[in-house]
Parts: sequence; C-alpha cells; structure tokens
Amino acid sequence: MKVTIDGIEIDVPKGTTILQAARMIGPDVAPPTMCYHSKLKTSGGYCRTCIVKVTQGSAANPTPMPKPVASCRTEVMEGMVVENTINADVLEARKGVVEFLLMNHPLDCPVCDQAGECDLQNLGYSHGAATTRYEFPRREFERIDIGKYVQLHMTRCIMCFRCVKVAEQLTDNRVHGVMHRGDAAEISTYIENVIENEMSGNVIDVCPVGALTDKTFRFKSRVWFTKPVDANCDCKKCAGKVRLWMKGDEVLRVTARKDQWGEAVDFICNECRFEKKKTSDWKIEGPSHIARTSVISQNHYEHLNELKLQVMKQQKALGFMDINKRP
Amino acid sequence: MGRKLLIHNDHIPNIHTLAVYRANGGYASVEKALKTMQPDQVTDEVKKSGLRGRGGAGFPTGMKWSFLAKPEGVPRYLVCNADESEPGTFKDRYLMEKIPHALIEGMITSSFALGAKTSYIYIRGEYFYVARIVEAAIAEAYAAGWLGKNILGTDFSHDCYVQVGGGAYICGEETALLESLEGKRGNPRIKPPFPAVAGLWGCPTVVNNVETIAAVVPIVNMGGEEYAKIGVGKSTGTKLISASGHINKPGVYEIELGITVEDFIYSDEYCGGIRNGKKLKAIVAGGSSVPILPAALAITTAKGEPRLMTYESLSDGGFLTGTMLGSGGFIAMDEDTSIVKNLFTFSRFYHHESCGQCSPCREGTGWMEKILQKFLNGTANESDVDLLWDIQSKIEGKTICPLGEAAAWPVAAAIRHFKHEFIEIAQKKKFVDISHYDRLNKLVKA
Ligand SMILES: Cc1cc2nc3c(=O)[nH]c(=O)nc-3n(C[C@H](O)[C@H](O)[C@H](O)COP(=O)(O)O)c2cc1C
Ligand code: SF4
Ligand code: SF4
Ligand code: SF4
Ligand code: FES
Repeated sequence: MKVTIDGIEIDVPKGTTILQAARMIGPDVAPPTMCYHSKLKTSGGYCRTCIVKVTQGSAANPTPMPKPVASCRTEVMEGMVVENTINADVLEARKGVVEFLLMNHPLDCPVCDQAGECDLQNLGYSHGAATTRYEFPRREFERIDIGKYVQLHMTRCIMCFRCVKVAEQLTDNRVHGVMHRGDAAEISTYIENVIENEMSGNVIDVCPVGALTDKTFRFKSRVWFTKPVDANCDCKKCAGKVRLWMKGDEVLRVTARKDQWGEAVDFICNECRFEKKKTSDWKIEGPSHIARTSVISQNHYEHLNELKLQVMKQQKALGFMDINKRP
Repeated sequence: MGRKLLIHNDHIPNIHTLAVYRANGGYASVEKALKTMQPDQVTDEVKKSGLRGRGGAGFPTGMKWSFLAKPEGVPRYLVCNADESEPGTFKDRYLMEKIPHALIEGMITSSFALGAKTSYIYIRGEYFYVARIVEAAIAEAYAAGWLGKNILGTDFSHDCYVQVGGGAYICGEETALLESLEGKRGNPRIKPPFPAVAGLWGCPTVVNNVETIAAVVPIVNMGGEEYAKIGVGKSTGTKLISASGHINKPGVYEIELGITVEDFIYSDEYCGGIRNGKKLKAIVAGGSSVPILPAALAITTAKGEPRLMTYESLSDGGFLTGTMLGSGGFIAMDEDTSIVKNLFTFSRFYHHESCGQCSPCREGTGWMEKILQKFLNGTANESDVDLLWDIQSKIEGKTICPLGEAAAWPVAAAIRHFKHEFIEIAQKKKFVDISHYDRLNKLVKA
C-alpha cells in the first residue's frame, strides 16, 4: 500500500500503522510516542503524543479525516496522505499534549532515577514549552514497594498503560492495574499486593518515565556515568539477551535491550535482571548502540551541578518543590 | 396538541403492568413483526421512518442496523443504553419507570430485525429502583411467553437481561458500556473496530438508546412512511424532551420534531414560560455537553428564521451561532443566572467523570475546573479567559472518546457568547454568589 507522510511516499504492507510507516521512512518524520510499545499488543492510543493529520483518507475516499488521529493505532489505506511535522495544527496540538503530560508532573529530573533515559524528558526537550502555565498544586503520591525488586512512584506516572499491558500479557495472576478514574487514576497493585512473577521486572523497562524503578539500582549511579554493554547468557526462562550497565568492572544494572525507538527488543526474566550482577554471569558482546536522540548522548548532563542550579532557578520561578529534598 | 407515540398512555393507571399495557394495544409490533414480516423488512421500515438515534449523536438507526456484521455461527447482540447520565437528561428514566413494557416490546421487535437471540438493558447504577421495575416487567413478559423460547410459536427465541452499572457517566459511551457489561473497567475502547463488527465479547453488536428502541414499536405498527410524515426534513417522528431549569413546568414532554423553540418554552402545552415572570437568558438544548445559546439565538437563527426543535435547525449556524439537539436535555436559564457558575458546575462534572485514559481529557478537564474555581473565588485574571479558551481547543478532537468534546464545547460556547461575564468577574466588577455551594457543602458534611 502506498502512503505519503510529510510528502515522502512509501510502500508498506496492509495492516501497517501510520506510525510504523513513518518509522520506516525515518526518525525525522516519525511522530514521538509515549504509550505505544511494539512488543505489547493493544498498546498505544492513550497519550495522544503521536497524533497526525490525515489530509486524504485513501485513494478511493480522498476526504480528510475530520480529527487528528493517533498514528500508533491507525492503519494506513492505499493512497493515504498524512501530515506530521509539516502541519502547524499537528505541532500545536502536540505541544498541548506535552503540556498536559507535564502539567501534573514533578519535573525534578535531577533527583529522578530515570533522568538521562526518560522518554518524557526527551519529549520535553524536543517538543515542550520553556515554561508552564499550570499554577495549581501537582498530584503527589507516596512511593510504594511492589515486591522485592520494583518500586512504584505514581507521582511520576503519565498513565501510558504499558506496565498494565506487561502485567496482562507477560504474567499470569495479574494483580497490577488501574484504580480510580480521571486525574485521580493510579497504577497500583490491589491493596499493595506484591507482584511475584518471573517476568514482572519488565514493567520497569516499559515505563517511559521514572514511575517504576529497579530497587536494586535506585540511586546507585546516574545512568550517564554507567557504560551500557550488550551481553547474553543461557537462560531457561528468557532469551537471555540483555544490556548491562557497568561502572568499571561492576555490573550496576541489567535491563532489556532497547531499539532505536526506546522499546524493549526482548523481554527478560527477573533472574537475569536482578540476580545476575557479576560479570562472570555474562558473555559480553560489546558496547551498546544508544540512540542519538537520548539525553544521555546529548551531553545535557555533563555538568550536573551547573544544571542543578539552572533547574533550581527555573523551579523556584515556577513554584515547584525543592529538588534538594531527597526523594 | 402534538401527536404522541411513546408516552401517550402514561396517565393510565397500572400501565406498567403487562395486563394493562397489553389491553392498550401493547406487544402488537411483536405480533406484526414475528408473524407477518421478515427481519430485513423490519429494518427497512426503520430505514424508511428516518428514525435517528435518540442517545445524543442522532445517527440514522436504520443505517446503523444495516452496518451490523452477520458472520455465520457468531451471535449478535442488541444492547440498550439506559445509562442516561448527561446532566439535564431524564427522559429514559421516565419512559422505563412509567411504561417499562414499551422498552421491552421494542427490544424484542428490534432483536428480531437484527437476528439477536440475546439482548441487554444497561441501566445506570443510580436508577436501581427503575431496574427493579424493568426486571419485574421482564419477568411478566417471560411468564406470558413474549420472551423465552419460540415466541408466539415462531422459531424466534429471545432472552433479555438487565445489567445495572456502577453509576459512571462514561459507561454511557457505547464502548465503555460494553467493557462494563463484560465485567471490566468502563474505559472507552479505541475505535475502530466499531461495535457493529466487534462489540460485546467481540461479537457484532448494536447499541441503541432507550428511546430509540421504544420508537421502533410505533414505527412497526404504523409503518415507516407514516412515521416519517411527522416532523420536518430529516428530523422525523416524535422526541422526548427533558425540560428543566427556570421554567414554570419542568418535566418530560413528547414533542413532534419541528415545533419552534419559542413555542416549546412559552406555550402552556410544554414549559409554560419562564418562572416568576423573568426573562430568558440562555438555553442548553440537548444536555450539558452541547453549546449554550443566548436567548436571541435560541429563538431565532442567525439567518433570522424561527429556531425549530429539529436536529438541523438547532445546529443551523454551526457552533458559531447554533448548537445541537443532542439527547434532548433542555435547560432554560433566566436573566439572573450566572453563566460562569453554571459552566463551573458542568466542568466539575466532566472532570469528575473523565475515565483518565487519554492525557488531554484526564489533565485538561481538571485544569479547566480549577481555573473556573478562581472565577468563583474572585481570584481570576483576564488572561484566564484566554487560557481557558486555549485549553478547551487543545482537548477538542484530540481524545479517544467524545467525552473530551463534551467537556470542551460548553467552555467554548460560554466564552463565545458570554465573554463579558468572565471579564467583568476578572476585573472585580462583579462577583459570583457561591453561598449556594456553602450550603451544599454543609449539607454534605452534616
Ligand atoms: C460520555 C458519553 C456518554 C454517553 N451517555 C449516553 C447515555 O447515557 N445514553 C445514551 O443513550 N447514549 C449515550 N451516549 C451515546 C452513546 O455512545 C451512543 O452513541 C448511543 O447509545 C447510541 O444510541 P442511539 O444511536 O440510539 O442514539 C454517550 C456518549 C458519550 C461519549
Ligand atoms: S520521570 Fe524523572 S527524568 Fe523523566 S521527566 Fe519526570 S522527573 Fe524528569
Ligand atoms: S507506571 Fe510507568 S509504565 Fe505504568 S502507566 Fe505509569 S508511566 Fe506507564
Ligand atoms: S476522552 Fe476522557 S473519558 Fe474519553 S477515553 Fe479519553 S480520558 Fe476517557
Ligand atoms: S504513542 Fe500513540 S497515542 Fe501514545
């Protein structure tokens, strides 16, 4: 099927979504995403970051679609014409979505474990406004431990539902889901139940922000001080293809490998993730390739103290919480 | 007097019982359809009638039915949307409470047309006593053979069940309703697929409003063409209007589509004018989500024609000078009404009812309510009006389900037509009287 995105035509198989087609063309026209994950069924459609304008529905029915559509959940049609970066309305709408996502967010990146590998931080840099227009108190939650390895801090959650899909699709006996509704909705385990399942650690990798974090790694090091290397092992429970985050010879953290779009390539089991922290547990393949769009590789954090000062100034101006208050 | 087809018998004692309902011509449409018609012929009559969905969107019912996928060996379902939670709308409750068999008769006849062996009536949680009435009527219908196996000795069998919701507005959105009916969280689904292809338990499903289904009864009895003679243009038949606000006679009225708005507000047959001799300030014609209209535009369109109670006339002028018939929740406001305070009430509702799946609605509805709260507190600035406008524009059209629009439209329309009221408050020339909320809060705490 032929589809044109931002003036570039591409031939894709039936059933391809606009997002997948745009990614095939390349990162310049691919819309940003927060809730879609290629390895999770029925993911996407929630955050609305990836919305695009369909100016021609198909060759057979050329009328434009009346509303912007979520590119991650809309399949292409023969002769469809899509506008993303060249459409001012789309960019304006996306700015709105980013503002909504950041509105109730603490934005205390300097003390957040996710900083440096956070999709929201990246999105904020590329599409956000410099200041916020939201003047009211932000949502805050207590941290909760969901099991031995995973901590949940809802304050940072953007309700992308990816962790819920992991719980649904990779684990049995799901105890993890959404409670309440609207802006009171929260990800939770029923009455702080613990998640005890071999694959449960994957919720950390799919979480685009610092809401679900690895308790065995929390605050051991900023990610940009660790070196990612790809490694593997013979594992009976998963493919054993992982990424090690090393400091010298020490393995500080184990995660799934992520593709160019920040989405896990193979999900890994808890034993690989949390228990194998010695170099001798692994066959090292070599340094990982990290997407250039990531904050890690853009050196935004080279001078941490300088940045902390800047952020503090900005937060003070906006009336945010004190970033020196350790979480 | 206008013709009535749905609630013409509401004054008859015990019309809620099968015996009285039957004695007054009830279940004739089932007899006619099952004994003398093919299912497709029933659908054809509905098509000819021009009936449009009474739940809010006004989608042609016959067309919706003909979209229903009919794969071999897969069950099909009819689901009745009785979640009626839109502020200002209470007509379905009236119909179900007074004449429950009218709905059940419609369910049987419609299910026959659609080839549905099972149907569900999804009733909002707060209507539990209505659910009891409908359940009692269903039991009577089973006992008399109108439901169950081989109805009237034909090979059509049908089961009808009542499901009571948890009391969430969002469960009125058809796909959220289906999720809830399946026992899940009432989150709207991402479409496509539409229910006509993959609805309840993944099977082809038609979701229709209570009034839509009840209207099938007179359509089959009198024939689609006869029905279509009532009304104006593409607004055929009769419509139940829930009338509330500052009128002399609030209540549920059945009107022939096509009477003028002026007639509806001022005639003794309907609302009987504005109470206490006050002047009309504005109307909300179709439930809280449709744009508010100032009195002048409510009575006369921008073209200078009298405004009619029809889908077309009410939307004449688009959102700039028009509105929508919606669900027929008609709210009249007198000259003393604060549009800003009224908007706050609506916005608080949408904030409370957002399911939270998509970012613009989840975050934007709360933000708008908080800004409107500033107007009530007397702390708003003029720039807050522009901010409100910008927020609503960033919600509208960017969400999974139309609740986003339902939250955005009232804000846009209030600013479009009554911006001066917001500005006056921001400039501290006027204040909103919120003593009413204080009294309410005390009541809640007590
Ligand atoms: C937030 C929301 C709430 C709704 N609530 C109701 C409702 O309470 N009753 C209803 O009939 N339709 C409601 N609708 C419309 C339904 O989604 C659907 O369009 C309707 O049931 C179709 O029936 P109809 O074609 O007979 O009008 C609602 C829609 C939305 C978006
Ligand atoms: S999750 Fe953490 S790193 Fe990401 S934007 Fe929020 S505070 Fe910053
Ligand atoms: S906890 Fe993380 S993965 Fe789960 S919904 Fe929130 S942001 Fe998404
Ligand atoms: S628009 Fe609102 S109610 Fe509808 S799916 Fe999105 S968050 Fe839920
Ligand atoms: S990535 Fe498409 S809606 Fe979130």
